[in-house]
Amino acid sequence: MTILNDIIQGILLGGLFALFACGLSLMFGVMDVINLAHGDVAVAGVYLAVVLIPASHIPALWIFVLVVPAFMIGGYLVQRYLLQPSLDSGAITTLLVTFGLSIVLENVLLEVFTANSYSLNVGSLVSSSWQVSSQISVPYLDLVILGVAIVVLVALQLFLVRTRTGRLVRAVADDREAAELVGANYRHLFAVAAALAFGTVAFAGLALGAYTQVSPTAGPTYLLYGFEAVVIGGLGSLWGTLAGGLVLGVATTLGSQVDPNLGSMLPHLVFLFVLAVRPRGFFPKRAVT
Amino acid sequence: MQNLGADRTTDNSVGSVGGAQAVSGKSPILELSGITKRFGRVAVADDLSLSVARGERLGVIGPNGAGKTSLFGLISGDLEPDAGQVSFDGHPIGKLDAAKRCRLGIGRTYQVPRPFEKMTVFENVLLAAQAGAGLEKRAAHGHAFAILEETGLARLANQPAGALGLLQRKRLELARALATRPVLLLLDEVAAGLTDPEVDELIGIVDAASTGEGELAIVWVEHVVRTLLATVDRLVCLDRGHVLADGAPASVMADPRVKEIYLGSEMELSGHVGGRGRPGENEEIGDIGQAGQAAAARR
Repeated sequence: MTILNDIIQGILLGGLFALFACGLSLMFGVMDVINLAHGDVAVAGVYLAVVLIPASHIPALWIFVLVVPAFMIGGYLVQRYLLQPSLDSGAITTLLVTFGLSIVLENVLLEVFTANSYSLNVGSLVSSSWQVSSQISVPYLDLVILGVAIVVLVALQLFLVRTRTGRLVRAVADDREAAELVGANYRHLFAVAAALAFGTVAFAGLALGAYTQVSPTAGPTYLLYGFEAVVIGGLGSLWGTLAGGLVLGVATTLGSQVDPNLGSMLPHLVFLFVLAVRPRGFFPKRAVT
Repeated sequence: MQNLGADRTTDNSVGSVGGAQAVSGKSPILELSGITKRFGRVAVADDLSLSVARGERLGVIGPNGAGKTSLFGLISGDLEPDAGQVSFDGHPIGKLDAAKRCRLGIGRTYQVPRPFEKMTVFENVLLAAQAGAGLEKRAAHGHAFAILEETGLARLANQPAGALGLLQRKRLELARALATRPVLLLLDEVAAGLTDPEVDELIGIVDAASTGEGELAIVWVEHVVRTLLATVDRLVCLDRGHVLADGAPASVMADPRVKEIYLGSEMELSGHVGGRGRPGENEEIGDIGQAGQAAAARR
């Protein structure tokens, strides 16, 4: 029964990983951008919330109504004015620019907030849990985070499939030149994809802040989990990313059951194993959907 | 339909000898002046000047490497010229990207169709109606469906585009370009890989589109000269990035310089070549490029 409990906990944790990774997947799927600053963007979300919560008197649980739109605008601008010019001069340049962005974000946070860790106080959600049976208890916070992850992923999927702009984003992801030829402004659409990526990772950052202490230098660690979820799922596939997140989550909780150190190592081992067996992931696709 | 094309040819042949300026009194929808584009030492356009009148059907022929597809790239915005000016409807468009040019009214098809494979046929066309023609909601849906009807794709509307065969892909390519409501349509080798009856079907669609919507000008690149002779008002022969001959189809085909390029493939000039319709071989047999290469080798 404790194994079942661990698996449930792992799935819940996996939701967070997936939320974290879907933006990476989207940016890679649409514009071939590997955003090395993705983890730092999530961390920056926590710190923006730390500043905004006392200033706006909005409770931590609802602060996303400010942070997520702010990050979406930020993502749009970063793509339009930072990444797009670098894309025009090659993939390596873009990689370096995102790496630079990562370093800048990290150091700005260190400068402003010092190396102190922060978390978001979401009140009783943290401590209370749902006692399913004597062996299985599910923390409400984890449940909320998984719920948010699923809602965000479904909303993202619906946006891409059902809306005019979403359809255009898929078109430029599939064949940029052909999309331009039917009138699609790819620069705008790339920026829309970046806005979505930044919005989702802001959600992930806030979830992370509610879940645990976050330090300014934590970004790359989460980036690693995000990458692994994306690669396990198959590059560019949103549902694959969710599956990848769940696999990593379960590996983490099962590993820590055996040994606390194994908890942080097993997901990486699983990732290496998948990479060796299925190098293109479980749901290999070139473009989004 | 073939007759229709032939009639049009004779109608215009009087006025169009000598090239664009002579074609009726209409203002040109497209004007290229002094366009030069080089890839290394190869010039795909060498001081190229060309103009297309509203509603005109211009055929473009030339050997492989003459710069036919590059010409389309320069007009549609995929390629940036090293020198020269592209004007559309009297305005210079050299600084505009491909998407803006599309919204101005330049539609283009690719020789090898490039549908958005994971989307349905309908979505492919809807996208073009929305982004290219700037239509909203109902209007976009209505327009997209009308285009599917016109191009005979209506019953395939909900099929994923990736599942289509070559003929249907070519139809979709045409449908998507038409859905952007072009004033100028660039057709790149519509006939390549298709059988004669299939080519005739597509010509029928183009015919209907160009007569239906008023003044749709068409620039049509084709290896298979027969297809062009039956449809266009005017013919241009390109060679190594410049205009070798320009005028009524019959007079261009009679031009000794054009004949020299086509020497060795007289059969092709007179029209039908056996063996077309077998995709794959088609390209070789229906291809005037071989003769062109032979001519190039002699130079």
